[in-house]
Amino acid sequence: MSSIELLTNKEYKYGFVTDIESDMIPRGLSEDTIRLISAKKNEPEFMLEFRLKAYRNWLKMEEPQHWPNITYPKVDYQDIIYYSAPKQKATKASMDEVDPELIKTFEKLGIPLTEQKMLAGVAVDAVFDSVSVATTYKAKLKQHGVIFCSFSEAVLEYPELIKKYLGTVVPTNDNYFAALNSAVFTDGSFVFIPKGVHCPMELSTYFRINNSESGQFERTLIIAEEGAHVSYLEGCTAPKFDKNQLHAAVVELVALDDAEIKYSTVQNWYAGDEEGKGGIYNFVTKRGACRGRNSKISWTQVETGSAITWKYPSCILQGDNSIGEFYSVALTNHAQQADTGTKMIHIGKNTRSNIVSKGISAGKSNNSYRGLVKVLAGAEGARNYTQCDSLLIGDKCGANTFPYIEVSNNTAKVEHEATTSRISEEQLFYLRQRGISQEDAVSLIINGFCKDVFRELPMEFAVEAQRLLGMKLEGSVG
Amino acid sequence: MMAQATKEKSSYRAAFEVMQAEDARCLPAWLLRLRETAMERFEQVGFPTTDVEDWKYTNTGAITKGAFAPVAADARVELGADDVAAFLAPEASSRLVFVNGVYRAELSATENLPAGVVVADFATAFAGEHESVLRAYLARPSDPEVDGFNALNAAFLREGALVYLPKGAQVSAPIQLLFLSAPATQTAAVFPRVLVVAERESAATIIESYASTGESRSFTNAVVEVFVGENARVTHYKVQRESEAAFHIATTNAELERSGVYDLTTITLGAQLSRHGIGVKLAHEGAECWVDGLYLVGTGQHADTHSLIDHTSPHCTSHQLYKGILDGKSRAVFNGKVFVHKDAQKTDAQQSNKNLLLSNEARVDTKPQLEIYADDVKCAHGATVGQLEEEELFYLVSRGLHTDLARNLLTYGFAEELVEKIKIESIKRQLDEAILNRLHARLEV
Repeated sequence: MSSIELLTNKEYKYGFVTDIESDMIPRGLSEDTIRLISAKKNEPEFMLEFRLKAYRNWLKMEEPQHWPNITYPKVDYQDIIYYSAPKQKATKASMDEVDPELIKTFEKLGIPLTEQKMLAGVAVDAVFDSVSVATTYKAKLKQHGVIFCSFSEAVLEYPELIKKYLGTVVPTNDNYFAALNSAVFTDGSFVFIPKGVHCPMELSTYFRINNSESGQFERTLIIAEEGAHVSYLEGCTAPKFDKNQLHAAVVELVALDDAEIKYSTVQNWYAGDEEGKGGIYNFVTKRGACRGRNSKISWTQVETGSAITWKYPSCILQGDNSIGEFYSVALTNHAQQADTGTKMIHIGKNTRSNIVSKGISAGKSNNSYRGLVKVLAGAEGARNYTQCDSLLIGDKCGANTFPYIEVSNNTAKVEHEATTSRISEEQLFYLRQRGISQEDAVSLIINGFCKDVFRELPMEFAVEAQRLLGMKLEGSVG
Repeated sequence: MMAQATKEKSSYRAAFEVMQAEDARCLPAWLLRLRETAMERFEQVGFPTTDVEDWKYTNTGAITKGAFAPVAADARVELGADDVAAFLAPEASSRLVFVNGVYRAELSATENLPAGVVVADFATAFAGEHESVLRAYLARPSDPEVDGFNALNAAFLREGALVYLPKGAQVSAPIQLLFLSAPATQTAAVFPRVLVVAERESAATIIESYASTGESRSFTNAVVEVFVGENARVTHYKVQRESEAAFHIATTNAELERSGVYDLTTITLGAQLSRHGIGVKLAHEGAECWVDGLYLVGTGQHADTHSLIDHTSPHCTSHQLYKGILDGKSRAVFNGKVFVHKDAQKTDAQQSNKNLLLSNEARVDTKPQLEIYADDVKCAHGATVGQLEEEELFYLVSRGLHTDLARNLLTYGFAEELVEKIKIESIKRQLDEAILNRLHARLEV
């Protein structure tokens, strides 16, 4: 086996299962299921209405199986458990009351939740199957007026904010999976940064699927008021099961005047085995609205896991001078499939967007970039620059680029560039003749290829992402 | 809407039946069968709608509603040599002229050709020794997914041009195929068909031109097929300058054998709605193609280009450069796909689409696509949409040029990259004129 091939076949190290008693509802989906979820969470009436409306929309919609460059057997939506929570005391006065088994699980994943071991400078919300089990540094954030809590908690404590913003960026009838999520979402994170506050630490949510029968439907809502500033990061893992599991999340971001939201994702769901058996279907809708003048939303994603990724984090650039950014590294190996990209909708004047997408395909995988840059007639002086590069490792994989560019304003300037190639022999030779091993050379080149994206990640995660990429590719380059 | 579509289909069916009956004796049976199959296909699929991804940005409703009817064989338009002179390329020493889809021998010239080279209209070819060539290439099993326009063209396959280059034939002077639309009593639908077969080591230049003698509101639905043999070289210019009321739907398909070279340049100036579908298949090692084009459109015009460069074999090279200049309330669509199959290693594919918007009402939708399933390849594509660079303008103005003149100079320069590539003086001159006219019109406004 050549050394690059050796480089890709490392075990998925987060594939363990936590043995914990769960509170589950019967599988299947109906209005009753939704009422049950809503009741379990003691939700106010408006939330139930929201869910039911979404559910009724969903019933009328069609699964998007034709246009994306992905194939998968039909999902049986009646064979999923829509709510699964580890059994524990309802309210947690402090970390001591959280099930030690759960704390151990998150520690094993590298996310310490106990006070003394907490990551300095990063507040974490840990979501296990359908519920949030703990949120760190809540009190400290509260002092600054920042609200960072689980979504369920927000629904109960800040219903006014939820009512005002939920579903305004991603409407319940937006697409098939968003409608499904709106109907059955269980937990997620809620972030509210009040006017003028610069969030003192990084916020992050860690998602863990544990139950083999459940799907995960999380909901995240981040609001940055005038002049507020926040950096948010999410990470995700799941155990190794032979069965495919569905993860359909919705993330909504709202940035008002002069606000800035930076949203980073390191996605490492279980990708299935080499033959493509098992793994997570990651069907996610992420969208940010730059509502205010001079606002900015920046998406950074490192997508390495999931059997299938279907995800297009987008920006609606409504406010004048607002900025949208999208930095992505998508790695697919073995039988993984990814159809991912972004949408930049230029509505306001002098809006700018920047897209940097790096795709790496190895094994028998298929990796597509699909993006839309749309400049509306009123978007005077809009500017977009897009760079999409693909790297192919091996001759059985595919790399595709599908950029849509629609321009209706002549003062706009839109540029798109894409390249596809394999690792250059010359670069490899250069490094090899300096005495660097084949494997290290390849790893260096790949990291260099992704550098434009990695440098957008918060420091600790950039290191993590580089390591992850090396691990994922182990054995496939040569 | 449904009723409208059905009515449309049945009007084509009526004309089709008449044509089949007329041709039953004089044309080969395989052709009649081929037409029947195509007609059935057309009736099944109809004209594509904007629900189809490939037609998302181009609405063909006006053609469906346009009440176009295939021209009857005896509908003759009086047109003399003087009337067509303006549309002829003086460089070409042999030519075929079609008026409203009907071949006009008295306007054509086919005598100055090297031995063995055939440039003939289909009626002549069907009767002669090259019937086997037509049969071999036209009657190939067609793509079952063929769209309504292509099916309709095949259903009305009657008049057309055959260019046959035997092994080693070198034709130095260009061959012109001129398709003229002249005002007729009815709104004519014409279905030109061109077949170019270049056997190994042959070479030729073909000028395919479309023009209107008046402001006729016609519907042209053309299909051109080019087969480039081993080491053969075909240079192909397609110049479309039909009237601004016309509808022009065209398909150009080329297939390249080992080390074959195909160089296509398309110029789109006319038509209210034009759509050009291009498919180039690099089917054997070492084949190389250029697919370049310029579209220059103004108010009321819509120009759509869809291309597929299909790399099915290793060691092939493709180059594509499309430039667009949009003025007034015009619209352009570019969709270019480069497909690299699994075994097509060492592919080198470059694609670029650049658009210049001169007015704030113009709209461009561009979608360059790469689909790649081989790893040892070099593929790149790029697309830009923008207006003239402020800095470049400033530079020229600072040298004392009037702003309008500076703008025109830069616009001219934008197009020049493609104009320069054209080896035929008369086309080059025509194009220069068209660009300058458009620019002068701007100055006067």
